[in-house]
Amino acid sequence: MSVRILYFASLREHLGMGSEELELPEGLGTVGELRAWLTSQGREALAAVPNLRFAVNQEMARASDPVLDGDEVAFFPPVTGG
Amino acid sequence: MPVRVQQEDFDLSSEVAQLRAGDARVGAVAAFVGLVRDMNEGAGVSEMALEHYPGMTEKALEAIVAEARGRWDLFDALVVHRVGTLQPQDQIVLVAVTSAHRGEAFAACEFIMDYLKTRAPFWKREVTPAGARWVDARESDEGAAARWAR
Repeated sequence: MSVRILYFASLREHLGMGSEELELPEGLGTVGELRAWLTSQGREALAAVPNLRFAVNQEMARASDPVLDGDEVAFFPPVTGG
Repeated sequence: MPVRVQQEDFDLSSEVAQLRAGDARVGAVAAFVGLVRDMNEGAGVSEMALEHYPGMTEKALEAIVAEARGRWDLFDALVVHRVGTLQPQDQIVLVAVTSAHRGEAFAACEFIMDYLKTRAPFWKREVTPAGARWVDARESDEGAAARWAR
């Protein structure tokens, strides 16, 4: 399955990119599994950010939430607006 | 449009005037304006850049406003949040609500700000004499939002 992945703020800076389109291997079913796989694929910053937050299709998500073909998955540090 | 994300500055008076125009039911307007301070975490701040997640930001703000409207009797609500590069004393965010009485207006305005702080995808990066740094989220903001849990 293919997904669009977005990175923001300090995470975007550490990774040197704001987004990527990836074809995921079989067996990746959740946001948490996707995070672990990305970390193993050279994106170590995903493991280093404390309290990393996730969104799936622009809604806040949990590590246990499913990732489906065509989804937009975003990773970012805790928000600091306002 | 109850929610706007923009680079441009905003004018409190004209935004409030527009929000309550033609609505004689309105007995109370509460508005909050957040500003860039020249000091944060013990360091001088000369500049601030605000990044956001286009698309999700608007949805998140709209959801927060909808939640506020479900909790209190509001006639209207507005959130304007700036992005891009800002300087100390610049305006960052405006929340304004109208209602019949002050209680709803005060509470809803504070609720929207508390939820915005912890749920809307904005990130601040500030420039200090020691260099640029991403602003860390505050635990007290989580606590402020948790007050409204039910």
